[in-house]
Amino acid sequence: METIQFLLDGFVVALQPMNLFLVIVGCAVGLFIGAMPGLGSVNGVAILLPVTFIVPPTSAIIFLAAIYYGAMYGGAISSIMLGIPGASTAVATTFDGRPLALKGQADKALVAAAVASFAGGTISIILFTAFAPPLAHVALIFGSAEEFALMMLAFGTFIGLGGDDIPKTLFSICIGLVMSAVGLDVISGQPRLIFGDITGFFHGINFLVLAIGIYGIGEILWTIESSRGEVSVSQAVVSVRRILAALKELLKSTKTMLMGSFIGFFVGLLPAAGATPGSIMAYGFAKSTSKDPDSYGKGNIDGVAAPESANNAASTGSMLPMLTLGIPGSPTTAILLGGMVIWGLEPGPRLFVEQTEFVWGLIASLYVANFFSILLNIAFIPIFIWVLKLSFTILAPIIFVLCVVGGYAPTQDMHDVWLMLLFGVVGYFMRKLDYPMAPMVLAIVLGPLAESSLRQSLLQSHGSMMVFFERPISGVIMALSLALFLMPAFKMAKKFIKARRAGSAGNDEPSQ
Amino acid sequence: MRRAELIMAMVMAIFSAYLMWKSAELPIGWIPDEGPGGGAFPFWLSLGMLICSVWTIVRWVKRITPQSRSTQPYFDSHALTLILMVVAALILMVGSIHFIGVYGAVPLFFIFYMRFLGRHSWTKTWTLALATPVVTFLFFEIILHITLPKGATEELFYPLFDIFM
Repeated sequence: METIQFLLDGFVVALQPMNLFLVIVGCAVGLFIGAMPGLGSVNGVAILLPVTFIVPPTSAIIFLAAIYYGAMYGGAISSIMLGIPGASTAVATTFDGRPLALKGQADKALVAAAVASFAGGTISIILFTAFAPPLAHVALIFGSAEEFALMMLAFGTFIGLGGDDIPKTLFSICIGLVMSAVGLDVISGQPRLIFGDITGFFHGINFLVLAIGIYGIGEILWTIESSRGEVSVSQAVVSVRRILAALKELLKSTKTMLMGSFIGFFVGLLPAAGATPGSIMAYGFAKSTSKDPDSYGKGNIDGVAAPESANNAASTGSMLPMLTLGIPGSPTTAILLGGMVIWGLEPGPRLFVEQTEFVWGLIASLYVANFFSILLNIAFIPIFIWVLKLSFTILAPIIFVLCVVGGYAPTQDMHDVWLMLLFGVVGYFMRKLDYPMAPMVLAIVLGPLAESSLRQSLLQSHGSMMVFFERPISGVIMALSLALFLMPAFKMAKKFIKARRAGSAGNDEPSQ
Repeated sequence: MRRAELIMAMVMAIFSAYLMWKSAELPIGWIPDEGPGGGAFPFWLSLGMLICSVWTIVRWVKRITPQSRSTQPYFDSHALTLILMVVAALILMVGSIHFIGVYGAVPLFFIFYMRFLGRHSWTKTWTLALATPVVTFLFFEIILHITLPKGATEELFYPLFDIFM
């Protein structure tokens, strides 16, 4: 029952007037960002993190978590009204949301999305509250070997489960880690990787510079290129009576929402998976277990409820490893984790012991954010539809300016602004060639910790790599991550044998 | 698309090699009682980058990646012009911050972007071009106490600081 006491204390923090205000503003901003086609939670959190230096860490993370949450709700709005996912996490929502809107039932789809998001959010926070304290307790005995093994596991999920081009994913991880090594070597204090003797590199490459570059500048360039041409906004008739009728009809989708929430939460725990695959899996699962699978894709309300409950559940799920283990479960939580370092908190299992106010304030604020998100979402449907009609040539310069100022603020060095611009443009070119960006951001955040835990472990073991396999917990985690790293090789071998048996040369086939 | 993938992989391969050389400025071997040298971590990872880039080139030659089989252009001409204009505007904006400061560069950027790229009315353009720097000033300089670069316009702000601080 200790948990409940902590949770109540958390509510005391979350309901303080300033924090409550920040939750409401955060939800509204998140809904707005989520509703904009192309922008999702990760963009909002990356661009707005520098703005939060104004408030104490607890309030800052409450604000950012509210944005994260709101954006998950908001993503559905443009999926339904425009047929363009508001964020990648809402891709599956377009499958049935758009057909419903075209049938003139946009309001029904919007209400279903909001209610499903609420269900997903609530169920996943309850799961979170139940799982987090025991996991953090176990994690307290972790040493540097276990820490390193966990990070390997996080990177392993990108290789084994990410589904992207393997060499490009590995490249992305490596370059992120190398960038984190720029600056002064922590152990010897010597400067390293100071390119061209530019003094700006002495303070290292701040992860925010990379995150804002990629998720701010790069993302907008991406959206400018992909969203040319006019988009058509569906009409939505909104009235209290219709909303109530839609709510009544949604009772039938309870099972779908429950399933979606559970799938989302557990998929969300994995760093490489997260909300996008979680919502697609939930959609697939709902469809395959449905009595009437043919109606999916043509405007089945369950097809909206399943992915929307899953993507909200996944966003909560991805916070569990971030808070208990110090390993982010998604790019957005990677940025939150980096933020914690800036705010002077040390991420990892000790957070639960030493920063109870921070941790439980955040958890309680998720309950509050969930409540306000559904309220704002349903109340302001007409405003969000107006937002969709806003021209991108107004929004883009505002975001660019925010990126530039936000990139300058943390270190107050123009060098970082240039670097951010470089990362944004190069990242955009790389993304066009299918280089995944999320592993890179995760790597630059985890890099310093990965290096120090590796070096410490090796020092203790006098250079033997076996240290990671001899300790029981680290051994199991390492074995798991090795299996993930080798998964593509297994798949390739299996395919190769199959192709041989079939008697045809397998050379023409793509290797994944 | 084909050419772009090869060029990117080759540039990244060269960059990885440079990073390896650069990391090797610090000891990359084992130092007794200190563990691995300061350069070891980035050195081996840069080697990893190099291997991955070479791997991508091999896959390109074998035409395994979708990009290496694609006949689509990396950019169509319309998108290329648009992206180049935006990137050039961004570079000019950041560059001019050094001379005329944030409060000079931002309005110019807005005027260019909204009027010439977005074709919005002058009223809208001017409203945002003037409102954004004001909001930025109030938020960052007054509330957050973060001084943004002002270049040659520095002195113009003294009276403002006298009022607010």
